[in-house]
Amino acid sequence: MQPKLEILERELIERILGEAFTLIAEPGVKVQAPAAVELLAGAGARIEEGVAHIPEALARRALASAPREFFLHNRAGEAVVRYGGDAVQFDPGSSCVHILDPATLEHRMTQAADLVRLVQVAEMLPQYAAQSTAVVCNDVPKETGDLYRLFLVLLHSSKPIVTGAFAAHSVPVMIELLAADSGGREALRRKPRAVFDVCPSPPLHWSEFAGQNLADLARAGVPAEVVSVPLAGAAAPVTLAGTLVQHAAECISGIVIHQLAQPGAPVVWGGAPAIFDMRSGITAMGAVETAMLNVACAQVGKHLGLPTHGYLTGSDAKVMDAQAGMESGVAALMGALGGINMISGAGMLDSLACHSAEKLVLDAETIAMAQRVLQGIRPRGESLALAMFAQAGLRGEFLKLAETRKLFRSEQHLPSSVIDRGSLHAWEQSGAKDTFARARERVAELLAAYRRPALAAEVEGELKAIVGEQARRAGMEQLPGLGT
Amino acid sequence: MHDDLYLALRQCIIDGDPEQAIELCQRALAAGIAALDAINEGLVPGLNHVGEQFAQGEMFLPDLVMAGEAMKAATAILEPAMQKAGARRETLGKVVLGTVQGDIHEIGKTLVGTMLSASGFEVHDLGVDVPFETFAVKARELNADVVGVSALLTTTMTGQKNVVEALERHGLRPRVKIVVGGAPVTRSWGEEIGADGYGEDALAAVALAKTLLGK
Ligand code: B12
Repeated sequence: MQPKLEILERELIERILGEAFTLIAEPGVKVQAPAAVELLAGAGARIEEGVAHIPEALARRALASAPREFFLHNRAGEAVVRYGGDAVQFDPGSSCVHILDPATLEHRMTQAADLVRLVQVAEMLPQYAAQSTAVVCNDVPKETGDLYRLFLVLLHSSKPIVTGAFAAHSVPVMIELLAADSGGREALRRKPRAVFDVCPSPPLHWSEFAGQNLADLARAGVPAEVVSVPLAGAAAPVTLAGTLVQHAAECISGIVIHQLAQPGAPVVWGGAPAIFDMRSGITAMGAVETAMLNVACAQVGKHLGLPTHGYLTGSDAKVMDAQAGMESGVAALMGALGGINMISGAGMLDSLACHSAEKLVLDAETIAMAQRVLQGIRPRGESLALAMFAQAGLRGEFLKLAETRKLFRSEQHLPSSVIDRGSLHAWEQSGAKDTFARARERVAELLAAYRRPALAAEVEGELKAIVGEQARRAGMEQLPGLGT
Repeated sequence: MHDDLYLALRQCIIDGDPEQAIELCQRALAAGIAALDAINEGLVPGLNHVGEQFAQGEMFLPDLVMAGEAMKAATAILEPAMQKAGARRETLGKVVLGTVQGDIHEIGKTLVGTMLSASGFEVHDLGVDVPFETFAVKARELNADVVGVSALLTTTMTGQKNVVEALERHGLRPRVKIVVGGAPVTRSWGEEIGADGYGEDALAAVALAKTLLGK
């Protein structure tokens, strides 16, 4: 049995969906993308002054045509990430603008080299089922910022990728990059390597860029993740239940646009719901209510039978301190118990603004703990304890049993050197290092062991040609981040 | 003489109660209180109290925002009386505010606007995804003192520079001050693009606007 956390009663889920269906009809959803408006109008939604009034029946048809399950593939074409059921996977947070400098603790502007370093660390950690386009590259012209991140991840990783565009015109180029990597558009459609986050603007608004993204992705058969971002109390109702209604309405309306563009195209019931901190005005990513919202949103998505996504494991702390560990630990565990298919946000500090390689390795430990919890407690032999007692008797020398040696690895998660369980003496002898110091060492070890995954020369050439063309147009002479 | 009414006016701002504010302002005018006195002796002390309590962590953003709403409702009642009396409430200055072209992040910009108007600035909020030129055109049209440009994306931050240039083209510089803000924006970016200041949050934005206008 996979242990589970459910925080909504069935009756409440139905009420949430009931109100969500009402919202998308009245007041309706603001839709700015002409392509999306056309699809909605063609399917019978009433459009008035840029607002689409979506009938429940139309929404239900779209929810029914969305696939229950799909997979993301690694470069070798293996289906390694499962979106569907209660599969739980983690990826680092996306699009940070700062990186925590491990030496000075300064939050510096991110550059291509920082992204490469984060990708290398995440590549080495099995806890990350997928990569993300973790930070923006400030040494790259802004116009190409989104696609350049994807380019660097493709060069330095063979894992599936959670990505997203910053502008409508980037998606076609990013799809071109992915197609080059997968061996053509058909291959990409059959075995997609990446999923794209697409965000509605809270409340109930599909911007020109986001609406266009949905249609483009659906038509290319590249999975889209509808990441609804209701901020409880600021851009959404202050009550958690009210925020869940808005989240559902935003997801449903996005799925309608997406499925109208291409019925059956893969799409995720995603989200980064959060509470708005009433003292500082930040989105409190480490708050327990934020974790509750994410679990609850996923529960609503599961009720509809859809693949799910959430945004947890990030922290509001500014350095990798006790707050960072506590917030990330609680949230990762709750998300895992919620059975969320893809949980984004590891490595993040300062409520989505700052990334840290050191935090990525600490979060990997948290994730490993959560994954251990999901494996649950199960019998390993004919008897639970009797057979072992038959051997150990009342002397109780369990350390001498063959079973102990054979089974301890599957019973116990073995943490990396980031977690210290040694004696006080041993800890003092090895320099009395705190978690952050140990994490820094582990990052250095992982980077030293990293080898760039094989990439066929002609594919690499094609990727560089596509990006080089975009870069030249944006006035960039050299492509940073290609080393190692 | 009118101490009770002044105290009640102060309190309705602290309570963030627009309806109460309207009623009390009407009562004050009927009682012969000058509109300007109602503002300076009643409403503004209430606003100051809320600001202080917020800074101390005793009050929260909803308190601040609702105090701003109550203030707006109150001044709407008092304004006509002031004009009739030929008195003018001295606003601290006119601000044109918006999120730059290509960017639809709204919450921070709106919060900045709320705080500026609650602090006595006249704010014209142009919304989100505002074309560069529009900042300049509006600033000229309204004879603004300050233009505030918000950007939350590294891709749209560059647009803040275009706004500076647009104001220059319209011959509005250096008279019209430009302030910038938003998550990826830094002080050094502000300096680099020739803006007059950078504000980290809404309270900093108010302090900055006051300093720039010598208030
Ligand atoms: C909420 C949010 C959204 C919402 C916005 C809802 C709305 N109606 O405004 C939605 C979901 C629509 C959204 C969309 C996107 N977002 Co967004 N979003 C955020 C988030 C989580 C919070 C922003 C916020 O409202 N904060 C609360 C307010 C109060 O704070 P603030 O905006 O910083 O404002 C304060 C100060 O900065 C300052 N300030 C602000 N403006 C000004 C102006 C002046 C003049 C002054 C003096 C001061 C000042 O005062 C404010 C009050 O204290 C941030 C993460 C973050 N921590 O910033 C990401 C973030 C900004 N978004 C991000 C991204 C990538 C996107 C998308 C591109 C995602 C996508 N792939 O679809 C789209 C962009 C769409 C577009 N073209 O604009 C990235 C940016 C990365 C980058 N490198 O540029 C961030 C950093 C998150 C992340 N890591 O992914 N987003």
